[in-house]
Amino acid sequence: MVTIEFLGPIQKAPLTLDAASLHDIAEVLKHDSEMAQWIENCAVAVNDTLVSTLDTPLKDGDKVSLLPPVCGG
Amino acid sequence: MSTLELYEGALNVPEIITRWYAEESQYNYGAYIPFIGTVREEDGIEGLSFDVYEPILSSWFDAWQTKTEVLGAKLKMAHSRGDVLVHESSYIAAVFSPKRRVALETIEKFVEDFKASAPIWKYDLKNGARLYAADRSTAIAGAGILGGKR
Repeated sequence: MVTIEFLGPIQKAPLTLDAASLHDIAEVLKHDSEMAQWIENCAVAVNDTLVSTLDTPLKDGDKVSLLPPVCGG
Repeated sequence: MSTLELYEGALNVPEIITRWYAEESQYNYGAYIPFIGTVREEDGIEGLSFDVYEPILSSWFDAWQTKTEVLGAKLKMAHSRGDVLVHESSYIAAVFSPKRRVALETIEKFVEDFKASAPIWKYDLKNGARLYAADRSTAIAGAGILGGKR
């Protein structure tokens, strides 16, 4: 099982699901109406490292984080 | 290696910049440039509020520290979590360097990348509500892969 956490302003509880890669996560979130405004602008981290491709493999216990647009300072 | 400090609420600016000055006073740095970010009164806000994701912020900061050390310089940074009211400060970035040129160039690049990359989310405090500052926020480089962007 993989845990997905939604950071900052995305008001959504963490999800736990079976996923072999980020392609599986993308498929699930594409059909989630709460995510419609975020899917195009979120960065993705696996175990706290930012990733740049959906081909990133996932294994049991991994944490996937979604990071919406930022504004520190 | 890290000299990243996170605080609940507003920063105590005089304490932080004075302490940093003292901490580095024996290392022969010729330049110390602090950048202090203060909440301005604008559009009727009472203040700003911040969420911080510390694991990725720390690794982002450590990567910057490594790059800066190669130049013989050092970075320090402090940021608030939670609410910071108008005319209080939420952010300090500072660079220490043997000479001014590296310090001036580094503080500019660091603060600009901070705005674009650091995993911190800003909210306006207005009429008792906490409203995400979506129009002032920037998508992190590489964002959008879940929606098919590569």
